[in-house]
Amino acid sequence: MGAMLEKRQASSGRLDVESVRADFPIFEQTVYGKPLVYLDSAASAAKPRQVIAAEVECYERYYSNVHRGVHYLSQRSTEAYEAARTKVSRFLGCGCLREVVFTRGTTEAINLVASTFGRQRVGAGDEVLITGLEHHSNIVPWQMLCEEKGARLVVAPIDDRGEVILEELEPRLGPRTKIAAFSHVSNALGTINPVGEMVAMAKERGIPTLIDGAQAAPHLAIDVGAIGCDFYALSGHKMYGPSGIGALWAKLEHLEAMPPYQGGGEMITTVRFEKTEYAAPPAKFEAGTPNIAGAIGMGAAVDYLHGLGPAAVAAHEEELLAEATRRLQELPGVRLIGTARHKAAVVSFVVEGVHAHDVGTILDREGVAVRAGHHCAQPVMERFGVAATARASFGVYNTRDDIDRLVAGIAKVKEVFA
Amino acid sequence: MSELRDLYQEVILDHNKAPRNWGALEPHDREALGHNPLCGDQLKVTLNLNDGTISDIRFEGSGCAISKASGSLMTEAVKGKSLAEAETLFESFHQLLTGDPSVREKAPPALGKLAVFEGVREFPVRVKCATLAWHTLHAALEEKTAPVSTE
Repeated sequence: MGAMLEKRQASSGRLDVESVRADFPIFEQTVYGKPLVYLDSAASAAKPRQVIAAEVECYERYYSNVHRGVHYLSQRSTEAYEAARTKVSRFLGCGCLREVVFTRGTTEAINLVASTFGRQRVGAGDEVLITGLEHHSNIVPWQMLCEEKGARLVVAPIDDRGEVILEELEPRLGPRTKIAAFSHVSNALGTINPVGEMVAMAKERGIPTLIDGAQAAPHLAIDVGAIGCDFYALSGHKMYGPSGIGALWAKLEHLEAMPPYQGGGEMITTVRFEKTEYAAPPAKFEAGTPNIAGAIGMGAAVDYLHGLGPAAVAAHEEELLAEATRRLQELPGVRLIGTARHKAAVVSFVVEGVHAHDVGTILDREGVAVRAGHHCAQPVMERFGVAATARASFGVYNTRDDIDRLVAGIAKVKEVFA
Repeated sequence: MSELRDLYQEVILDHNKAPRNWGALEPHDREALGHNPLCGDQLKVTLNLNDGTISDIRFEGSGCAISKASGSLMTEAVKGKSLAEAETLFESFHQLLTGDPSVREKAPPALGKLAVFEGVREFPVRVKCATLAWHTLHAALEEKTAPVSTE
């Protein structure tokens, strides 16, 4: 690992972006005859060779089903799958492997909690608290639960900068609040929430908390113990890993008390027609053959990020955020949506008089990939009185040149719509 | 740039900036709501009928340049047309946007100004923007009560 750190970071501890870019085969192409500028990592990040190679190696060298076979390949697959669990657990700063459940992603992790822990805990007249910043995946599962139970979904509002108003959050944590669920980082605006403080407020009142960490995982060093939450959900594909794999971290006491999420193989110890005994966590929540190669790829993504060094990644992205913010703020007719004091490298913006889709289409033809739309966060859009925004989100492979190309692309938008 | 110019033709930019027949008719005989859930675009079409023809029509809502210009040019095109003529126009318009480009012929003359949307065929993800208003009109003519969706 030491050699890798030397390779990636100059003596100043800065990220060597050129060497990072060389890890990502997707950049070896042009789109519409122009070098690809990928500013849509918040939707899904590009994949480094190391992650791709880990999946390929799994399928080519040792793939078999896990936890089942007595044979050589099954043992190797099981070892690699469980090694990936160890990597993810370390990535989250947790010591107990039994607390990490592999899921399809953040969405499934939240649904798992809502339909097991949530169903057990929330009753008629109770409340579930979320914030006005949430992605649909941290709204809809709770809404469904509330509908089923006759409970109420309560929303803590955000201010004009796109920050959760803590003074408004606190009084909403009441005796009827059974769960509070917050995003760590907003996907639409990039706001980094003070999750430690928010969780502490809930904890004081004995309210369990879930953190949607999908957007935090690629940018921040995560320590679930320091945050103090009960549940933490994340996705592989946002952190340079494969899609279709993610994880739920939960306190063991909860996982032990929760009913299973899905029934099937793997999650049982004995099955009789009269009665089935469930396996201990995490197996209890991993019914069926899991996404074996995906989990191994997610483990490789953890290694990759670790190799780059969280501090170097954070410094690089902070630089890009500051530069992109400054450059876009200078452009007449461009308005930034979301100006929180602590942000991940996400810049959401609108161009005066031009709909975000038209901005997206024109930037695309300039070789610049951004997201245009409501970002699966319609309530956030409503809060800022816009139907949609264009969103440029940055990753470890982005450079200042990418920002130049974005700015030039916005000039083209204005030219077309002059 | 040329493909972008084909998409964002002057006529389209003009109708985006100053959509014709903008607003809602009150009272009206028919109305429908159109929604593109992928992008959140929403349109409302209201119209009056007289002896089997569309005597007046308006639209309003929020959307991109393509969907607004399409609503605007659609209302111009179908005003005074019979219901059957309007449906035929929709079919030709749809064909213009989605037909196989290799066997495509020039836009049929009946489409008139609507031929400016020909450039959209090079941008498949934007076809739904151009057809949203038409799907909404279709729903209004069919007296569908549920909002129509492009999905």
